[in-house]
Amino acid sequence: MRLAHRVKLIIEISATVLPLTPPGTGNLMDALQAVLKNPPINTKNQNVKERAEALVLKVLSSFKSSDIEKAVQSLDKNDVDLLMKYIYKGFERPSDNNSAFLLQWHEKALSAGGVGSIVRVLTARKTV
Amino acid sequence: MAYHSFLLEPISCHAWNKDRTQIALCPNNHDVHIYKKNGASWNKIHVLKEHNGQVTGIGWAPESNRIVTCGTDRNAYVWTLKADVWKPTLVILRINRAARCVQWSPKENKFAVGSGSRLISICYFEQENDWWVCKHIKKPIRSTILSLDWHPNNVLLAAGSSDFKCRIFSAYIKEVEEKPAPTPWGSKMPFGEVMFESSGTSGWVHGVTFSASGNRVAWASHDSTVAVAEGGKTPVITALCSETLPLLCVMFITENSLVAAGHDCYPVLFVYDAAKRTISFGGKLDVPKQSAQRGMTARERFQNLDKKATTETKEIVLESLHKNSISEISILEGGKTKCAKFCTTGMDGGMVIWDVKTLESAMKDLKIV
Repeated sequence: MRLAHRVKLIIEISATVLPLTPPGTGNLMDALQAVLKNPPINTKNQNVKERAEALVLKVLSSFKSSDIEKAVQSLDKNDVDLLMKYIYKGFERPSDNNSAFLLQWHEKALSAGGVGSIVRVLTARKTV
Repeated sequence: MAYHSFLLEPISCHAWNKDRTQIALCPNNHDVHIYKKNGASWNKIHVLKEHNGQVTGIGWAPESNRIVTCGTDRNAYVWTLKADVWKPTLVILRINRAARCVQWSPKENKFAVGSGSRLISICYFEQENDWWVCKHIKKPIRSTILSLDWHPNNVLLAAGSSDFKCRIFSAYIKEVEEKPAPTPWGSKMPFGEVMFESSGTSGWVHGVTFSASGNRVAWASHDSTVAVAEGGKTPVITALCSETLPLLCVMFITENSLVAAGHDCYPVLFVYDAAKRTISFGGKLDVPKQSAQRGMTARERFQNLDKKATTETKEIVLESLHKNSISEISILEGGKTKCAKFCTTGMDGGMVIWDVKTLESAMKDLKIV
């Protein structure tokens, strides 16, 4: 996808996600679906990848612990694989406030996708 | 399901003779041991010592009773039985890396060796010189060939490689055979022609298999997927992302069902539906012993919660028959059309013979179409 198009997409998605800053809840499920659409897999632009990752982590952190399982169930197989990729990308840069919720997401995604989804994160040639 | 433990070392590769009374295997060293079935036990009757490196592939031709072995010493030997002694004949493969896998062709006039030199050696016997000659298939292979399987027409060869592709090549040798009839994979088959190249899965292709008719090829790759391609003008590829650890070997047991096994230590059944273009997970083919479910004391429960953050009562014990990864599957009875028995060997040095009928009755919703 062309860079300009991709940046425009990120701006669009930011528009849906920004209103989700607490205390407003907005529609988190929709935000999750939107943010997992069109991942920047084929681009070589690091900036785009970082913006996408930040957005995804923002959405993931705004979920309540009890809602995570439902959210994961609503995703299809490919989306669960993609979610796993973002979770592991998030693990690469641990900080005080992201490890806890990432681990919760990881547990739920693992029960949905199995170890196969983790293997696919490790063997994927084009990463998120 | 008979589990027999041969040794403590992993079994690198194995091959059965025609009537399934003898098995040749490599116990992860430079030799090949041949065991003969004696009632319920196995006796070692021959040791084939010739290789200078680990033997990575064994093929036993059922009709001509010849064994071909290949190893990390970059050589292959063809063994013939003369007066109850196996005599080796060296085959010069002209490779500069280890040989990884070997397969006799269905008519047993050729065999293919896959190697780390990024090529496949097709070897055939030249009568005038009384010598095995080999031809190379090089393009467009970019990395080690990990697995091979012949098409029933003796010409097409499926090769799984660590360059993430499964390809079908033509291994037509005009010196030993007639021009082959057209197949769904193509009609012009000069030597070395790529008839099909896979796409859609990533990860090293560990195992490939043709179906009995040769119209389908299935492969298992390291990203925990299993895929089936149906031959035709534009081959149709269907893939299934499995939830298990990667599978190392795969085999068609009927035209629509596949058995695969790998790092999860138990064989798994997949069913391919051509009409719906889907592969579905058929079931786990293992009959573990039911260990007594002892209740947990409150103390153990809190300890678990503290140490592992889990309240589950499952013990971390491998319940399958094989205790380590399964590396090879071979069909014993029934061929690929309607397999009745198949055998798996693995890194735990054990061999299990699986009976399809017993499995079908043991697992109620298992359907092998």
